[in-house]
Amino acid sequence: MTTSLARREKLKTGLGRLERMLEIRAVEESIQTIYNDGHVRGTTHLANGQEAVSVGIASVLRPTDVVTCTYRGHAAALALGVSPEGVLGEICGRVIGCSGGMGGSMHLMDASVGLMPTFAIIGAGLPVAAGAALAAKLKKSDSVALAIFGDGTTNIGAFHETLNMASIFKLPIIFVIENNLYGEYTRINLSTPISDLADRADSYAMRKEIVDGQDVDAVRKSISSAVDFARAGNGPSLIEAKTYRFSGHSRADPATYRTPGELDEWKKRDPLDVAAAKLLESGDLTESTLQELKATVNSQVEKAIETVLSSESPSLDALLQHVSASPR
Amino acid sequence: MTVMRTRQAVAQALSDELESDPNVFLMGEDISSGGVFKATEGLIEKFGSERVIDTPISEMAFLGAGVGAAAMGMRPVVEIMFVEFFGVALDQLTTQGAFYRYLSRGAYQVPLTIRAAAGAGLGFGCQHSQILDQWFRGNAGISLVIPSSPQSMYGLLRSAIRSNDPVVVLEHKALYGERGEVVTGEAGIIPIGKASVISQGKDVTIVAIGSTVHTAKAAAESQSDWSADIIDLQTLIPWDKETVMKSVAKTGRLVIVEESSYSGGWGSEVSSEAVSQMWGQLKTPPHRITSPDAPIPYAQELEQRYLPSPEYVASQISELLKTGKCPAPWWEGAKS
Repeated sequence: MTTSLARREKLKTGLGRLERMLEIRAVEESIQTIYNDGHVRGTTHLANGQEAVSVGIASVLRPTDVVTCTYRGHAAALALGVSPEGVLGEICGRVIGCSGGMGGSMHLMDASVGLMPTFAIIGAGLPVAAGAALAAKLKKSDSVALAIFGDGTTNIGAFHETLNMASIFKLPIIFVIENNLYGEYTRINLSTPISDLADRADSYAMRKEIVDGQDVDAVRKSISSAVDFARAGNGPSLIEAKTYRFSGHSRADPATYRTPGELDEWKKRDPLDVAAAKLLESGDLTESTLQELKATVNSQVEKAIETVLSSESPSLDALLQHVSASPR
Repeated sequence: MTVMRTRQAVAQALSDELESDPNVFLMGEDISSGGVFKATEGLIEKFGSERVIDTPISEMAFLGAGVGAAAMGMRPVVEIMFVEFFGVALDQLTTQGAFYRYLSRGAYQVPLTIRAAAGAGLGFGCQHSQILDQWFRGNAGISLVIPSSPQSMYGLLRSAIRSNDPVVVLEHKALYGERGEVVTGEAGIIPIGKASVISQGKDVTIVAIGSTVHTAKAAAESQSDWSADIIDLQTLIPWDKETVMKSVAKTGRLVIVEESSYSGGWGSEVSSEAVSQMWGQLKTPPHRITSPDAPIPYAQELEQRYLPSPEYVASQISELLKTGKCPAPWWEGAKS
């Protein structure tokens, strides 16, 4: 199997980024099927519609940088380089999963590409990312930390405490809000009195930017300048990527609260179509190679599911391993 | 061997670890000025502001930053000024840091030490006087120590910083000013998970930790018709079952002295283990001497009454030995 690092390298080209976004979409769309077949326990939180944000971020970071992400993390994990087998294996609780089947959908990780176990508690990843940034600063390395979270996180204490501290400490960190307009089942305007969440940076005298989250190139550019700013020792940034999730909050949510027509409007700016259109226009892609690419990705994901389903569950030993440094 | 106060033993242990490992750094509120209990006094002068870091009053942010920095290979020592302040930050330790080793199958570990002032007796009122060990018990992935003397403060704190997992060090604020002889350096380090038998006797095993070690000692010393093995547990998570059971096997009686409230106290755990392990060998039922199920009062006489005193512990044990039954706690006769 290709290593996570090698997969990460593929994001250097526009075509590679489109391919990864197609893969994320295919993985997210496959989950309903494997769920219906009884292979998925608990819950899942899909990120289809938000692919450009994850891929844009991953295409800029170095594997030595650290990423924290919420439980809506399938896309970030795949983008950073975790294989479909690693993500789907984890979702199915198999030993082939990126956390050995011990974490599930909400806890994906891969230390080789800097992905800490994804966070199932809103806001929890921000202080930890700040700590990773502090470690980089104390070690005088030029690594950065990047925290990915949703619009709902901007209303929890951890967000405010961490932004304040990161600003005071001038930490090399990038806070990325994936503003998909809904905090769980609640529309942003019902929970938050401002519409541009990036404005929260003003209270912390922090650099801010709003970016089109449906455009992978725009995300890349925005993250890139924030990362350069942080690596140069200038401190943190808050970036708000305006995006939309095409599915409900979690598996249990049919998303009946959306305004009629809203989903269709956003689908007109599907990040996969936006990226493909640009590549078609520049001549890097033709309609037929696009169809081939889609077919290849789909068959790879299907194969990944086969591999996952033939993989074992973790052994009983795993239950008591890695609880603490020395067994008790 | 040097005579020092417990708070100086904290500073000494921190200084020695800062000296021996460049990855160690300190973080907390006002620690550069020595902290409210002067436990970090003199460290900023010696190690500078990159290793003795003052934070905003944002426990969640800086405790979590400790977790993140530890996961990246640093050895942070975070100070939570009063243990109650964990309440606004607990997620970062109990739900995040405690589980990274497990979730990452060992790829990430969290060598984080968290020091917090705890305990009653100095009139800080109910929101600054608790022990709160119960917030951490039953949570996998964490160790918890409660030193009782300058030596155990020095030795356990150094072990905590060297541990590859999160360790909570509850520093009893009433003990900060106590003096004692301290062996520093490697010889002074006390392993986590090991109890210390501080006196030998024949009639009863008294298990204590932190402040109650002194209560138990004073109680036993005031009595001549019985003698006790007194065990300073030192580490509460994981507690030293072997040392306790060995002593109970010898004396046949177990008394546990706890500073915290009766319900949910750590003594229930010790008592339950003794009943399960020593069934049939116990001459009396295990007996817990604790504080009542009430918040800690401010008024001096009441706070002193709230805590188990040496006299109360001595009378409870004498009655247990005389009747073979657990005496009722004082508050059962005190309710109106």
